[in-house]
Amino acid sequence: MSEEKPRILKIAVLRFDPNDKNDFPHMEHFEIEEADGMTLFIVLNEIREHHDNSLMFDFVCRAGICGSCSMLVNGRPTLACRTLTSKLDTNITLAPLPLFKLIKDLSIYSGEWMRYLNEHLETWIHDKEKEQNFDKLEERMEPSLADEIYELDRCVECGCCVAGCGTIQMKPSFVGAVGLNKIARYHLDPRDKRSDEEYYELIGDEDGVFGCMTLLGCEDVCPKDLPLQSKIAYLRRMMVKTALKN
Amino acid sequence: MKIVYTDVLIIGGGLAGLRVATGVKERGHDAVILSLVPPKRSHSAAAQGGMQASLANSKMGEGDNEDVHFGDTIRGSDWGADQEVARMFVHCAPKAIRELAAWGVPWSRVQKGDRTAIINAQKVIISEKDDAHGLITARDFGGTKKWRTCYTSDGTGHSMLYAMDNKAHQDKVEIHERMEAISLITDEGRCYGAVARNLMTGELVAYVGKATTVATGGYGRIYSVSTNAIICQGIGQAIALETGIATLGNMEAIQFHPTAIVPVGILTTEGCRGDGGLLLDKDGYRFMPDYEPDKKELASRDVVSRRMTEHIRKGKGVKSRYGDHLWLDITILGREHIEKNLREVKEICENFLGIDPAVSWIPVRPTQHYSMGGIRTKYTGESQTLKGLYSCGEAACWDMHGFNRLGGNSVSETVVAGMLVAEYISDFCDSPESSMHIHSSKIEMALKYERDKLEALLTKQNGEDAYVLRRRMEEIMMDKVGIFRNGKDLQEAVSELEELLKRSKNIEVFRSKSRAANPALVNAYRTQKMLKVALTVAYGALLREESRGAHSREDFPARDDENWLKRTITSWPDENQTMPSVSYEQIPVGNMELPPGFRGYGADMTKHHHETKMRLATVEAVQEKLQKEGATRFEIQNALMPYLDKLPKKYRNINERLGENI
Repeated sequence: MSEEKPRILKIAVLRFDPNDKNDFPHMEHFEIEEADGMTLFIVLNEIREHHDNSLMFDFVCRAGICGSCSMLVNGRPTLACRTLTSKLDTNITLAPLPLFKLIKDLSIYSGEWMRYLNEHLETWIHDKEKEQNFDKLEERMEPSLADEIYELDRCVECGCCVAGCGTIQMKPSFVGAVGLNKIARYHLDPRDKRSDEEYYELIGDEDGVFGCMTLLGCEDVCPKDLPLQSKIAYLRRMMVKTALKN
Repeated sequence: MKIVYTDVLIIGGGLAGLRVATGVKERGHDAVILSLVPPKRSHSAAAQGGMQASLANSKMGEGDNEDVHFGDTIRGSDWGADQEVARMFVHCAPKAIRELAAWGVPWSRVQKGDRTAIINAQKVIISEKDDAHGLITARDFGGTKKWRTCYTSDGTGHSMLYAMDNKAHQDKVEIHERMEAISLITDEGRCYGAVARNLMTGELVAYVGKATTVATGGYGRIYSVSTNAIICQGIGQAIALETGIATLGNMEAIQFHPTAIVPVGILTTEGCRGDGGLLLDKDGYRFMPDYEPDKKELASRDVVSRRMTEHIRKGKGVKSRYGDHLWLDITILGREHIEKNLREVKEICENFLGIDPAVSWIPVRPTQHYSMGGIRTKYTGESQTLKGLYSCGEAACWDMHGFNRLGGNSVSETVVAGMLVAEYISDFCDSPESSMHIHSSKIEMALKYERDKLEALLTKQNGEDAYVLRRRMEEIMMDKVGIFRNGKDLQEAVSELEELLKRSKNIEVFRSKSRAANPALVNAYRTQKMLKVALTVAYGALLREESRGAHSREDFPARDDENWLKRTITSWPDENQTMPSVSYEQIPVGNMELPPGFRGYGADMTKHHHETKMRLATVEAVQEKLQKEGATRFEIQNALMPYLDKLPKKYRNINERLGENI
């Protein structure tokens, strides 16, 4: 690629500033000369620095780890920081992730949504036992189980699965794959002492695991390749069992 | 005019800030966290390889304890660390990791029986003990005598941060996201909180509290290439500096990590080498054993980074359009190991380099990574000079890292310092001296002062472009305040940075005039602050005429304990100053548990302090005498440098370990 003339990327960005009463959502176009190893992180910073310094977007780690920069790239939810332009056509359309509150341009308030989700599902270890003594040896855990929990713990709350979810489009109170994955993670964790009935209370309804229409857009777009499909299926079987038992 | 009152204001929602918040909550104090981003997106999440704690569960960690961890940490610091603080740290690290285990971190565990590992490019069978099965395991990291770095694959920081943030949810900690502290509120030598700007709406809010904690991480982004998240811009250090009262310590102590990918500077964990990965040059030759026959790729980070740079300077680097680099080879670890224990590294290689690290070598070079310097504090985390201001984690110079931090000691510091500082803050808040005497008019003045400054940036005409100044600053830091430093380059850096700082008073926010969400405005005021931080780094480096840890002067290659066993203290007493004020704080040899010695890398050129010999004799005599008397390691330690009385009572107990009879 270094031998050839660099491509000119035509970037279309959906822009809107909700703080500006006179503004309305519109597309703006920028042309950027492609460079070797260029990512959308580099593209957007170049636009901000050399074309329009008011362009809002969110990057933090820029390494695909923190989940801040999810947006629609040519209509598909993904992490912008690790999207190489070389894998895209020269015409690139960028839009903010839908369903979340818009801050401005490509910046969304996903933190508020995720915080509500975590509080609602109580995504922490529930253990009513007496105070633990951290001077003593830690509680043991099967190595393979620790690995399995980590597998589900890898979710970065980027919101791509929410944006890719058909159910949430119609039912905004649905907890989404991100929420169900978290429940699967805690259910697997023996340190969390919640009973099946308590889990049923949390997700045994239309806003939870029975709301999922199994369209599985979530798994298609998950940047961390989490096994969302099988976990949702597993939770559903478990919830049915719990319901029948009671 | 919006004023929010709380007991403890915490600036920064990473591991350190969250741990302070849950700690003070437990003690019954209210806490508000201000965070630029949702806490789960903090830079703590990027810590990959692990957390050091001397649990000694795994076979290769056998015999490990606080004493060994302490020795590694002090040697790693090139004797720049505060030894009492390092002792407090190593003592509490096992407690912190067990606490995190209870809060949900899925630490990788010991699997009993035989397993294959790669050590020094050889396949080795390691047999794990039956009675260690299911306890937290550890991997090897640089500069450590034992395998001590506990991990969850290579997403350790992520798992820790998620567990910690979830704990904060459970404890109902109030978190105000996308709120940026832009100045600290002070009155009569006391800190009373901060003026913060809402990054979504532009609203200015005064947060007022008995104690204020800065836990904003490091300042790596003053360099053009850094492994740090882009929010690690040193704003926490800058607002402390701008009080004119708080001081910063050892700002010139900057760590370069040996293996960031080229060109973007994203980290590949030290775990790559800890697990057996090798560094190769353009000929595919493994060069580290030639330089460091003993520790090889697992020498301390500062040492490996320098050796790589030396090797590149000899023409052994791989040429690329982004400059020379070397190779990191983890193919010998095998696909299964990589996909289980180095999966973030694998993802990074796939996404940013388009390579599969199980078959291809990774292009790497040393890159800015960690800030050992920061807000200078007492062992309690409180500023030495500004009452009511606390700091912990990477933001602080506490100072357990001295001039070089060991891999795995940073996330460990965040949670240990967080849990300790939370106790000291709570003690302060419980005491009558914490009551507040600030008049509300002073708070309003602080708000108005900041509002006027922002207004000036937005209305200025024919001013400077913040991006131009900032990019130049980043280049100067990169080219002249890097891994190897010299007087000429540093002098040029300081002069030009001072010039940039003067110009930055005239910054104009071009085009984008919104008072609400406005990245141009943010860049303008941050650039002004970052330049001050950059000056403390460059000037501290210029003045320090010795080489210690990560601070390496080509014109002063020896560590000079006689003249430089001291911390650089910088402050900015007058806002019209264009250079920081500098003073020094002696590091007394007389009470060191581990007197200064040779770290064991390269040739020993140390110019020793005149008290070192005497202290060493005293330490050896005490050790010998007590050992003869059959004293325990705890009694010997206590005779040399007592520290337990400094710890909160609840954290003083001895740590249990497998096979250690206490």
